[in-house]
Amino acid sequence: MGDWLVPALLTIITASTPLVFAAVGEVVVEKSGVLNLGIEGMMIVGAISAFAVGVTTGSATLAIFAGAIGGAAVAFIFGFLTLNLLANQVAAGLALTIFGLGFSALLGHGFVGKTFPGLPKLEIPIISEIPFIGPLLFGHDILVYGSVIIVISTTYMLNKTRVGLLIRAVGENHDAAHSIGYSVNKIRMACVLFGGAMAGLGGAYLSLAYTPLWVEGMTSGRGWIALALVVFASWKAWRAFLGAYLFGGITIIQLHAQGFGVEIAPEFLSMLPYLATIVVLVLISRDSSRAKLNAPACLGRSFHEAG
Amino acid sequence: MLRLELRGEMSQPMVYLSPIFAVILTFIAGIIMFTFLGVDPVKAIITFFITPLNSLDGLAELFVKATPLVLIAVGLSFGFQANIWNIGAEGQLTIGALAGGGVALLFFNVDTPFLMPAMLVSGVLGGMAWAAIPAILKTKCGTNEILTSLMLTYVGLLVLSYLIHGPWKDPDGQNFPESRLFHDAALIPIILDETRLHLGWIIALFGVAVAWVIMTRHMIGFQIRVIGLAPMAARFAGFKEKHIIWMTLMISGGAAGLAGTIEVSGPVGQIIPVISPGYGFTAIIVAFLGRLHPVGCLFAGLLMALTYLGGDNAQIEMNLPNAVTGVFQGMLLFFLLACDVLVRYRFRIGSLTKATGGANL
Repeated sequence: MGDWLVPALLTIITASTPLVFAAVGEVVVEKSGVLNLGIEGMMIVGAISAFAVGVTTGSATLAIFAGAIGGAAVAFIFGFLTLNLLANQVAAGLALTIFGLGFSALLGHGFVGKTFPGLPKLEIPIISEIPFIGPLLFGHDILVYGSVIIVISTTYMLNKTRVGLLIRAVGENHDAAHSIGYSVNKIRMACVLFGGAMAGLGGAYLSLAYTPLWVEGMTSGRGWIALALVVFASWKAWRAFLGAYLFGGITIIQLHAQGFGVEIAPEFLSMLPYLATIVVLVLISRDSSRAKLNAPACLGRSFHEAG
Repeated sequence: MLRLELRGEMSQPMVYLSPIFAVILTFIAGIIMFTFLGVDPVKAIITFFITPLNSLDGLAELFVKATPLVLIAVGLSFGFQANIWNIGAEGQLTIGALAGGGVALLFFNVDTPFLMPAMLVSGVLGGMAWAAIPAILKTKCGTNEILTSLMLTYVGLLVLSYLIHGPWKDPDGQNFPESRLFHDAALIPIILDETRLHLGWIIALFGVAVAWVIMTRHMIGFQIRVIGLAPMAARFAGFKEKHIIWMTLMISGGAAGLAGTIEVSGPVGQIIPVISPGYGFTAIIVAFLGRLHPVGCLFAGLLMALTYLGGDNAQIEMNLPNAVTGVFQGMLLFFLLACDVLVRYRFRIGSLTKATGGANL
C-alpha cells in the first residue's frame, strides 16, 4: 500500500500548500470587511519575486521573504485605491490581477528557463525513517510547516486575541468601530498587507518548491480557487485549510488518474478542480442562512469618515 | 492634511475627465517604467503608441483588434451597471468561437452565403449558453457569478484544447493541434482591400448603436441602472431582479460569443489553441474606461487595441517583452479607479473636526 499512497499523499501536501497560504490570508482580509479579488495577481507577483531573488542570490530564505514582500507590495496598491481613495473593490481587485499577471511576466522575462534547486527539506534522522508516518510528517520544507503554523496562529489570533476582535469589529460594523476610536482603514490596510504577504508566500511556494521554474501565468487560477475556498470555509481559517487539502487532493487525483489506466481525455480531468469549485459554491450558497450568518457584514463596503 | 469630502452630487465633468487623467498618468508611469528597464523612454513610447498607426495597414489592424474588445465591453457594461459581474467573457468568447467555428467545420463542404450568418448566430448562442450557467446558478441558488463565470473560463479553454487535440484536429495537419482552415464561405468578408479589416468592425459599430438605444431609450436600460444604483427602490418599483440577471448575462455572453466567432472566421481563419490574447479580460478594463457607456466603450476599445499593437511592435522593434501590454492595461485601470474618486468626492485641506465638526451639531 505504501508504495504509491505515501508519494500520492506527499504530492497532495505540495499541491495544497499554496492554496492554504492564499486562502488563509484572504480570510483575514475579508474578516476586516475588504473583498480583495486580486489574489491571483498577488500570488504571481510573489512567485516571480521569490524566484528572481532565489536565482540571483541563491538563498532560499531571502527568496521566501521576497515572495511575501512582493505580494504585500502589490496589495498595498489595492489597499491605497480601495481604502484611501474609496475605489470599487471588485474593479480594483480585477485590476490587481491583470496588472500582476503582466508585471510578473515583464519581471520574469529574463528568468525563463532558469532553475532553482528547490527548498531544503527539514529531515530529522531516525524519526523521518519511520514507515508511513515519518515521510508524511517530517522531511518537508519550511513553507509546508509554515502554512500549518499560519493556520493555527491565524485561528487563534482571530478568535482569542484583542487584535482579532478589532479585525472582526471593523468587518462587522465599521461605523461602530470608528465611533469608539479605532482607525478602520489602518486596521484594514494591515489586513490587506497580511493577505498580500500570504498570497505572495503561496506564489513563492509554487515557483520555489512545487515547480521550481518560472512560467508566465504559472498560478493558473489558483488565486481564484483560494477566493472560492474562503466562502467554502465560511470565513474560518482552519476550514480553509481543510478546503485547500480537499482541492489539492482533487488536483492530484487528476494527475494520477491516467496512471491508474482511467481512459479519459486529460482535459476533462484538468477541469475537475474548477468544476469542483463551482459545485462547492453551489452547495454553500443553497444553504444561504449559513453563508449569510458568517459573512462579515461590511464585506466589500468602503469606509468614509463623513459617511 | 489632505482629506476627502463627499460631493453633493456626482461631478459630471469628472466622469469624463477621469479617463483622460488616467491615460495621461499611465503615460507618465510608462515613461518611468521604461527608464527603469533601461530603455529610451521617448523611443519606447513612440514605438508603442505612434508607429503602429503610421500606415493604412496599421490603422486597419487597430480596428481588427478593437472589434472583439468593443463588442465584449459593450455587452459587459449592461451587467456592470446592474452590479452583475460577469468576468468570464473570455470563456464565453471561447465557447462562442467553438460554436461558430463548429458550424464551419460541420458544413465544411457546403458553399452557401447562409453559412456565415449561421456561424454568427451559432456563436452568439454558444456564448449565451456558457453565460447561462452562472445565470441559472445565481437565480436558482444565489451562487456568486464572479467565481462561477471565471471558473467556467478555465473549463471553456480546456474544452477548446480537447476538441483541437481530438475530434476537430485537422486530418491532414501533420498532427498539429489545429482545426482545418475554414474555406471561403466561412470567412468573414474583408471590407478594405490589402488589409485584414473585415465586416466584424461594422458589426461592432452596429452593436454600439443598438446598445446605445437599449441603454438610453429603452425600459430595460432604465431598469438595469436603477437596480445598480438603488436595489431597494428597484424592488419597490417591481423590477424583477432575476430577469435583469438573465438579461445582462445573456447580452454579455452573446456579445462575447459573437466576438469569438468573428475572431475565428476573421483574422484567425481556423480554430487554434489560443484564440484570444485575453480579450475577454481586457474588455473589463475597456468597459470601465468607457464609463459603461457604448460610445465610451468604442473609444476605450480603440485605445486598448493600440496597447496590443504597441506591445507587438515594441517586441519586434525593441525586443521588449510583450507583457508590457498587460502592465499598461493594469496601470490604466489602477489610475482610472484612483481618478474616479474625484467623481464623488473632492479633496479638502485641513482636518475633519475643524471644518465641519461644529456645524453638524
